[in-house]
Amino acid sequence: MPPQRFEPESAKKVLPDLEKTGLIELLHKMLLVRRFEERLIRLAEEGPSFGHYHVYIGQETIGIPALAALRPTDLVFPTHRNHGYLLSRGADPGRLMAEILGKQTGLNGGKAGTLHASAPELGIPHTSAIVGGIVPIAAGAALAAQLKGSNQISVALFGDGATEEGATFEALNIASLWRVPVIFLCENNTEEALGAAAGGYPKSVTAATDLGSIARSVGVPAVVVDGTDTRAVFTAMSEAAERARTSGGPTFVEAKVVRWPGSNPLWPELPAGETELRFAWEPESAPEQLLRWYRDQDGLLRYLREMLGASLLDKDDAAEIDSDVRSQVEAAVRFARNSAYPTPDSAYLDVFAGQS
Amino acid sequence: MAKSATDVGVQQSPHQRGDRELTYAEALVEAIAELMKEDPDFLIIGSYVLGLGPMRALFDEVRHEYPKRVLDPPTAEIGFTGFGVGAAMNGLHVLVDLSTASFIFEAFPQVVNEAANASYMSGGRLAVPIVFHFLHGLRGGGAAQHSHSPQAMLWNTPGLQIMMPSSPADVRGMLPTAIKSGNPTVFVDHSKLMPVRGYVPALPKEIPLGVADIKRSGRDVTVVATSYSVQQSLSACKTLASEGIDTELVDPRTVVPLDRQTILESVAKTGRLVVVDETHRSCGIASEIAAIASEEILDALKVPIIRVTVPDVPVPFSPVLESELDTTPERIAAAVRYQMTRKQINRL
Repeated sequence: MPPQRFEPESAKKVLPDLEKTGLIELLHKMLLVRRFEERLIRLAEEGPSFGHYHVYIGQETIGIPALAALRPTDLVFPTHRNHGYLLSRGADPGRLMAEILGKQTGLNGGKAGTLHASAPELGIPHTSAIVGGIVPIAAGAALAAQLKGSNQISVALFGDGATEEGATFEALNIASLWRVPVIFLCENNTEEALGAAAGGYPKSVTAATDLGSIARSVGVPAVVVDGTDTRAVFTAMSEAAERARTSGGPTFVEAKVVRWPGSNPLWPELPAGETELRFAWEPESAPEQLLRWYRDQDGLLRYLREMLGASLLDKDDAAEIDSDVRSQVEAAVRFARNSAYPTPDSAYLDVFAGQS
Repeated sequence: MAKSATDVGVQQSPHQRGDRELTYAEALVEAIAELMKEDPDFLIIGSYVLGLGPMRALFDEVRHEYPKRVLDPPTAEIGFTGFGVGAAMNGLHVLVDLSTASFIFEAFPQVVNEAANASYMSGGRLAVPIVFHFLHGLRGGGAAQHSHSPQAMLWNTPGLQIMMPSSPADVRGMLPTAIKSGNPTVFVDHSKLMPVRGYVPALPKEIPLGVADIKRSGRDVTVVATSYSVQQSLSACKTLASEGIDTELVDPRTVVPLDRQTILESVAKTGRLVVVDETHRSCGIASEIAAIASEEILDALKVPIIRVTVPDVPVPFSPVLESELDTTPERIAAAVRYQMTRKQINRL
């Protein structure tokens, strides 16, 4: 039985139960991530190459509300598509950009790059770019929180591909047995993906038609949400966080999106230029090849459209936020470009903690 | 046939009043119990710290006293090792027991690609205080899938400290160091070490990383050995002494970091080096120590270096075949005798 096709339910309301300032803050973060990633693709095209990378375009409405449902002391453990979480937790865009370019001022002094960037001081202790690698680690951090008697929880952030890995299954089983306060947030972006067999970036290759069934098979409750629905993500994560904090154990949250077409090739690209805010209110103005995606499948524009419709802000307000994040991103690029590379001898430091 | 563990080794005298004679297993459990008592953040994940031999009962007391901090996981090495790594990243001091060393292959991604890289990738912003513990080597009937000595592969992975005690006093002093070091540490034990007896100080002191121990002083030949092969070498030294050959036995105790100075000073003194180790011959622990000596101190060598190692074949089951590959006291003694009698390097 093939998996059911995913398509966002456009009639549903997507604003979470937050104050206006909270709703605007979410939009601000979503736009910051969108502009950062779009700029990054252009930067990669301009060269010099900073190696293989992944962007978070089209998934802003998963990670940003998901992290907003947590407390600042909670830990999150990302995989390689990590820029969105770092920015969402307040990482300086300049230091993230500098890390991606391998500069000394980067979040990790140029040792991590895009794939492994982390920010322990922001509750992002470690990013694993090994598919499935982060899942047991995030659950182990939750075990530590449990043993210390804190009410901290931990979140494993991974894609659908990680459910193909044994490490993920083992972590689900142990987390269930030991009832550790962890949320397994699976961002399923496989819908309409090209996949490796067609020459694109991988998509799910699994016999499971429902990824949550893997979690349920070992007693972990699983929910599926529309990942373009900010409200649904926020609610599911709030409920999962509450369950974890009250020793109810782990939850598997699957958030589905249609893959942004620019993440379909092996290397990200901007198939039709940058996102324009007016696509939110004039969908027909979007370039034809991405018309359907921008109109029906882009969670960010869906969120903005409802904010406008509810008169929580007007088009000028939106343009101002956009202009603000664009200047932040341009400043980040300048900072990263103007930063020095690390001194060669720093290659020998930090092999062990306590060396520098 | 190889001698059994209890036949091997030389019992040394107590150094001080109050020294206690303990088995290696007793000393190991004493160290674990002390850490459990002193450090409420110390967590053990794994069920068979002492292996499957009769000594395993000693560990049960710790398990019963601290049921919340001695966790018996499912057979899921990559999963429970990853749990340990994550718990360490969140502030616990963790010992993950992989039991038989061969099982670490099931957990390799978490050991070599997560724990070992984490501090470095973070730019020194993250510490991972975790110990990976296992029993390596030829244990009698372990055959190809249960006799590995993965410490050489792990030495080829930057970011892991590697400790290999060889006596009750050493394991008693080294395990607390490993746990308190704040960094990923591979703690290599051997099931044949478990019944070995020796004196342990009344008030054990922590043995620092990177400090070798001269297990026997001598002037003719330097033998560098690790883990159980130290005990095999001590036995060989005794035989050689009765033949008038005075062997110096250097036990590095930790290979990461490695006390190069003590090794090189010994070789400078004797001019003859035999390196004994239970990892396989190619790219093994002995290979690296031999390479360091040849790079640093070739001029001092009177004869070429010899390695006594497990040959490059999988470990077979039959006792006769397993013994054929072992670094027995007889093979070690033969290598030392050869170093004493072979033609010296002509440096004209």
